[in-house]
Amino acid sequence: MHEMSLAEGMVTAVQEQSKLQNFRHVKRVILEIGALSHVDPHAMEFSFEAATRGTLMDGADLEILSPAGQARCFACDSDVTIERRGDGCPNCGSHQLIVTGGEDMKIKALEVV
Amino acid sequence: MCTVCGCDGKGQTIDGHSHHHDHGDDGALNYGAGEAGVHVPGQSQTRLIEIEHDILSKNDALAAENRSRFLQQGIIAINMMSSPGSGKTTLLVETLKSLKDRPVGVIEGDQQTSNDADRIRETGAPAIQVNTGKGCHLDAEMVGHAMDHLAPEQGTLLFIENVGNLVCPAAFDLGETRRVVLASVTEGEDKPLKYPEMFAAADAMVVTKADLLPHIHFDVELLIENARKVQPRLDVLTTSATGAPGITPWLSWLNGLTLQFQEAAE
Repeated sequence: MHEMSLAEGMVTAVQEQSKLQNFRHVKRVILEIGALSHVDPHAMEFSFEAATRGTLMDGADLEILSPAGQARCFACDSDVTIERRGDGCPNCGSHQLIVTGGEDMKIKALEVV
Repeated sequence: MCTVCGCDGKGQTIDGHSHHHDHGDDGALNYGAGEAGVHVPGQSQTRLIEIEHDILSKNDALAAENRSRFLQQGIIAINMMSSPGSGKTTLLVETLKSLKDRPVGVIEGDQQTSNDADRIRETGAPAIQVNTGKGCHLDAEMVGHAMDHLAPEQGTLLFIENVGNLVCPAAFDLGETRRVVLASVTEGEDKPLKYPEMFAAADAMVVTKADLLPHIHFDVELLIENARKVQPRLDVLTTSATGAPGITPWLSWLNGLTLQFQEAAE
């Protein structure tokens, strides 16, 4: 459950932001968790609730955006979308794919007071 | 309808946006009734700030520090990852016995006990145990601290044995030079497909316990094929720490890496 340490890291990052951007409470957190990132959205939801309890993010809504996995296929020379790692190219079936997107794990935005 | 945001003032949201200000029972817009209790002209009580903050940025920054420290000191750091019991420590012990002519060091990650570091020290190699407690992976900060304590000499070949876990360690950059994943022949050939993040993040896969192959049903080629489905450029080294074919392919890979770095440094 590395999502727990990531959620705890998020709280620290948001606490730092609260000093820089002068806010006291977070009402909503918008996360981007790419389909090919290292985070399971359900585990993140669970960890988020536990890690934010008693902090300035307590009770905040968590919104998770999940951009699809993007890859470049070297066999058919095309840019494709893949659901998960290990999938073949949807055009030609080759596994000569290099992932080009959908790996990010970011706090996109905060709705704050 | 609220003229500010177009909502009906009853808490519904439009286009996925939640409600930015409070409506009183009489339909009044109460900017001063929000959580902050004041109204700053031009700024609503609630605001949306875009921060684009990478969740791993703190770890990645510390990993970058480790990486530059390794470079400065000519240290080659190998992050070794696998499921528990696939033979990381046994491979390391045999590796260290074969590397008597060069400086080596080991950072051992486990949730509890110093058993593995003790096994490593028996070979004469300096080792430091990092106990992660409830933690399921090593992170860059732990490795930085371990480096302070281990204080490896210039040009050390440093092995970082991660916590036995095929999931979590994949997400955490330690600043390593190379990432190696071990897969033993007593596991399934589909491990790379079941745990793709780990194999996708690896530079090399060491197949371990290959001396058992005559006694079990295991298709090494299928394992390799599956691993290359998630990482097409993966190096593969088939080994046994206790029998044939030995660990020569792995030692050669380490030597090749060392030469590559020595040439780059010159």
